[in-house]
Amino acid sequence: MDTAPFITTVLVPALTQGLVITLQLIVLAAPFGLLLGIGIALGRQYGSRGVSVLCKLYVIFVKGCPLLLLLFILYFGLPSVGITLSAFAASVIGFILCNAAYNSEYVRGAILSVKDGQMVAAQALGMTRQQTIREIVLPQALRRAIPGLSNEFIYLIKYSSLAYMLTVIELSGAGKLVATKYFAYNEVFFAVGLVYLALVSITTAAVHILEKKVAVPGLIS
Amino acid sequence: MGPDDIVLRVEDIHKKFGEKVVLRGVSFSVKKGDTVVVIGPSGTGKSTLLRCINQLTPPDMGRVFLHGEEVTNSGAKISYFRQKIGMVFQNFFLFDHLTALRNVEIALLRVRKMDPKAAREKAVYELDQVGMSDWADHFPAELSGGQAQRVSIARALAMDPEVILFDEPTSALDPELTREVLEVMKKLARTGLTMVVVSHEMGFATSVASEIIFMEGGRIVEQGPPHILMSDPAYPRTRKFVSQFADLAGQRKE
Ligand SMILES: Nc1ncnc2c1ncn2[C@@H]1O[C@H](COP(=O)(O)OP(=O)(O)OP(=O)(O)O)[C@@H](O)[C@H]1O
Ligand SMILES: [Mg+2]
Repeated sequence: MDTAPFITTVLVPALTQGLVITLQLIVLAAPFGLLLGIGIALGRQYGSRGVSVLCKLYVIFVKGCPLLLLLFILYFGLPSVGITLSAFAASVIGFILCNAAYNSEYVRGAILSVKDGQMVAAQALGMTRQQTIREIVLPQALRRAIPGLSNEFIYLIKYSSLAYMLTVIELSGAGKLVATKYFAYNEVFFAVGLVYLALVSITTAAVHILEKKVAVPGLIS
Repeated sequence: MGPDDIVLRVEDIHKKFGEKVVLRGVSFSVKKGDTVVVIGPSGTGKSTLLRCINQLTPPDMGRVFLHGEEVTNSGAKISYFRQKIGMVFQNFFLFDHLTALRNVEIALLRVRKMDPKAAREKAVYELDQVGMSDWADHFPAELSGGQAQRVSIARALAMDPEVILFDEPTSALDPELTREVLEVMKKLARTGLTMVVVSHEMGFATSVASEIIFMEGGRIVEQGPPHILMSDPAYPRTRKFVSQFADLAGQRKE
């Protein structure tokens, strides 16, 4: 096997295609995973008793379920109740559900760390409950939750490879196919590993910049 | 003095937490421009009384009126009354993620829906009133306790309240910082702000109060002008309490 043509004509195009799918999975899953996570945290903390219990059950259920099993249920199980999802859609939804459950735990912890007195002060100024949550609680809680949330994002980058189990040819899957075809496991997986490492490093750097940008003296962020 | 001069009227407030009765029928009224100082032993319900006034803690019984309008049972209008009844807390409770200026500005923008430029101007003005305009861009963690408390006073002032309730505004402060906060409060009293102040600063009470209320066991035991309450109280309990704090204040000055 000639190395240079293999890399330029086979490996790079295949991995690029895979990377594009991986990025699509992440870019679609992460924002909704964050929003849903915040929603669940708020529901647990400020919702009616029913809502709060529901949110808690959701977190327990998702945390207790292997992600792969969740993906199988979405892709193979749902058609039997009349919901058919593409492999890609099932993967994105699975990632959102999983990401949101863990994100909600970080956000909730951060909400609890905001000192009560500030909420009292906000109400004493005439702010409604919603205004207090939006203007006072969340801006502080989200800053404090950045380390946890970014960890979850990094997990998402890596567990997006599970989409391959639903036949989505993302980065790992693309690597696996090339590696098998050309019998070049070590070379290909090393290359794939480097791409993930790059994604994670970029994320870490971006989070660092974000933390600096939103830093407030006295608030751990 | 007609009834129009009464800014705040508190009528027969009762409050219990579970089985514990904290307020047993408290009534008083505050005239425009007056400073009423509330003193009394710890756990006697002073903080609860203030919180019952702006409904942070809804009373079990009794009514509160602001300029004759009922604050109790006012439903969604409570937001309006809370804007008009400012509150200053022992531990300041500034918003940690906002600069001093933003702390003062936020309710103007979000609650009063003021135009950003006008809100900014007003916030700067109020910070200036408490001598904190040089610190406008600093965050709460960068302020001393006295500075933080002055910002929290500016935050309350910005809403143009009819009355401000102070709950032990200097109890968390060193004597030095206590002085700077009391100076601001004295100035406000002179400019005609109506205030209800829970405080054990006897010097402040004597020099500024229009009336002192002595509370014990969830009741007003005695009330009157400072020179009478301080020097010749009718009840021995008041005498004992007042002299304790006068002694304390005396010791601290040495
Ligand atoms: N939310 C609450 N739930 C239960 N008990 C409460 C609550 N708030 C106050 N109490 C109790 O009510 C009593 C009166 O409290 P309050 O804080 O009003 O007293 P205080 O006169 O302000 O005392 P201090 O001088 O120590 O500030 C105390 O025994 C307190 O434990
Ligand atoms: Mg108190």
